Amino acid sequence: MTGILRHRLFWPSAALVLLIVVNSVARPKFLTTTMRDGQLYGALVDVLRGSAPLMLVALGMTIVIATRGIDLSVGAIMAVSGAVALTIIDGSGDPENVGTVLVAVLVAVLVALVLGVWNGFLVSVLGIQPIIATLVLMLAGRGVALLITGGFITTVNSAPFAYIASGYLTLLPFAFFVSVAAIVAIALVERRTALGVLTEAVGVNPEASRLAGVRRRGIVWGAYVVSGVLAGLAGVIYASNIKAADANAAGLFIELYAILAVVLGGTSLNGGKFSIAGTVIGVLIIQTLESTILFLGVPSAESPVFFAFVVVAVVVIQSPRVRGALRSLTASRRRDVAEPTTAEVAP
Amino acid sequence: MRKRLLTGIALAGAMALAVTGCSTDSGGGDGDAGAGGGGGGDVITVGFAQTGSESGWRSANTESMKEAFSEENGFELVFNAADNDPAAQIQAVRSFINQGVDAIVIAPIVEDGWEDVLQEAKDAEIPVILEDRTVTASEDLYETWVGLDFTKEGEMAGQWAAETFTEPTKMVVLEGTTGSAPANDRAEGFDSAIEGTPIEKIDSQTGDFTRDGGKSVMEGFLSKYGADGIDLVYAHNDDMALGAIDAIEAAGAVPGEDIKIVSVDAVRDGMQALADGKINYIVECNPLLGEKAAELVKAVVAGETVEKRTIVEDQAFDQAAAEEALPDRKY
Repeated sequence: MTGILRHRLFWPSAALVLLIVVNSVARPKFLTTTMRDGQLYGALVDVLRGSAPLMLVALGMTIVIATRGIDLSVGAIMAVSGAVALTIIDGSGDPENVGTVLVAVLVAVLVALVLGVWNGFLVSVLGIQPIIATLVLMLAGRGVALLITGGFITTVNSAPFAYIASGYLTLLPFAFFVSVAAIVAIALVERRTALGVLTEAVGVNPEASRLAGVRRRGIVWGAYVVSGVLAGLAGVIYASNIKAADANAAGLFIELYAILAVVLGGTSLNGGKFSIAGTVIGVLIIQTLESTILFLGVPSAESPVFFAFVVVAVVVIQSPRVRGALRSLTASRRRDVAEPTTAEVAP
Repeated sequence: MRKRLLTGIALAGAMALAVTGCSTDSGGGDGDAGAGGGGGGDVITVGFAQTGSESGWRSANTESMKEAFSEENGFELVFNAADNDPAAQIQAVRSFINQGVDAIVIAPIVEDGWEDVLQEAKDAEIPVILEDRTVTASEDLYETWVGLDFTKEGEMAGQWAAETFTEPTKMVVLEGTTGSAPANDRAEGFDSAIEGTPIEKIDSQTGDFTRDGGKSVMEGFLSKYGADGIDLVYAHNDDMALGAIDAIEAAGAVPGEDIKIVSVDAVRDGMQALADGKINYIVECNPLLGEKAAELVKAVVAGETVEKRTIVEDQAFDQAAAEEALPDRKY
């Protein structure tokens, strides 16, 4: 029992389960999943589908944070990749062609990759602090996206493009499978090869890992490239969801939500040890919380406060010090009840 | 020796600066004279401090202003978009004052904090015209405000709903950005128009004026109440209505039939959806304020007194009207 309690994923998971329970009690409809034409619909399916962009971005952010870095530019990269994809499809004259859509998505992700390479170059080669290096693109990237779309919202009617976010692959939404694929790929590469350990080594102590012969530059650079590519994919899903490139709103503040998801999942912002499963749970907490606000009918003006309150509660519960204090409190109370006569000094 | 050399370089630099200063002055003068000769009047230099380029509506507004304040119309436009940063916008207005423009047009990002800079403009005897949004500063500090009546827009949408729905109707609302004037006023106008009707507002949540926001909030509403539990959607702008259409279609219902939609803005994509029968009614929020603003600037610069508030009238479209209006739609 204490083993489960001590597990670092226990509290984030408990928070997620609690949120789902609260929702289902308030409105039993939350758990209802209906089958229509062999496809599942319902609030929980919406959570899985809607979480895809944040999931991709947060996975990349986890790796970057593990190297003691941070990537603030992911939202801007999303805006750019969406703008690139839509502009290509819009300009092709044949939006219904699957080939056109594939090319557009590929080019968009390639552009995102280049932006990731740029970030990684600034951080790993030029040694600029990550927060500054990625701030450049965070501020400038949205401008680039606006330039590509000419300041307007580019809209397309393209069934193959809309499929990415809204389509179903047998039972579940296609976007959900994209995020699962990303989770599996990242987990395999980081945990089934030595890369994960090397990444953690770079994050824990860059100097010691250098002396041990770890190639820091490549590992850090790679982290930003992965983050860029995943943000690019997220941008495509976002744009596909609304069938439009909205350079102003795409991925706005997602960098902060991604950092929040990583932290909720128990990965330290100091770098080093990271948890992919934790990040996945963190993302699901945030997405479920968004649904909770809708399901409980929290008024718009109060929803940020509600959001903040829940997040603070989850973070505080996870703090080792708070948990230590709680444990000693309950332990001493138990002792008081059981053996009121023995005066022991707490260890 | 070395010192003398440095002095020499400094002197040469200063002279070069002075020379360029002269040449730009004379160049500007030539330009003015040429334009003046052609148009038969003086060129009016106008500084325009735009909020940024946050939406399709804003882009259309910027285009309209640029078109109205063109060289052919006898204007020289100094344009600044502040990226929704109030401090940067005030800075831009201050630089307009320093440049000594003839008139300043501002689309204020926020309502507060304008007293000082407007006083500076007044001291420099530069008239200020507010466009679109307004400020809390005293009316003496600016000449006039040209814009739209958001409350009226909400009322018009509400009147349509009140006339159309005579049976008990369950309505959900997709609000604009919390606390923004259009969101507050459109909600207020609509609510007053449907008072006493069988329309019941069952839920209301912000979609931040974006498509993504409209879609995800609508998805939430649909799983909360079911497609059968909602009869009408009131969206504070077209983008959120377009997002809602996607969500309704994904839930297996027909937008415009099973669930009716009324929205405000009348941007091109919205009008297209209206013509396609997916939206039922749109109240226009006309971004083409440029012409009216240019007219007012000319009047003010000529020393005429103008009304403190100039409201540009909005139209409303139903599905048939949208089909007709669509081909000539500018934005």
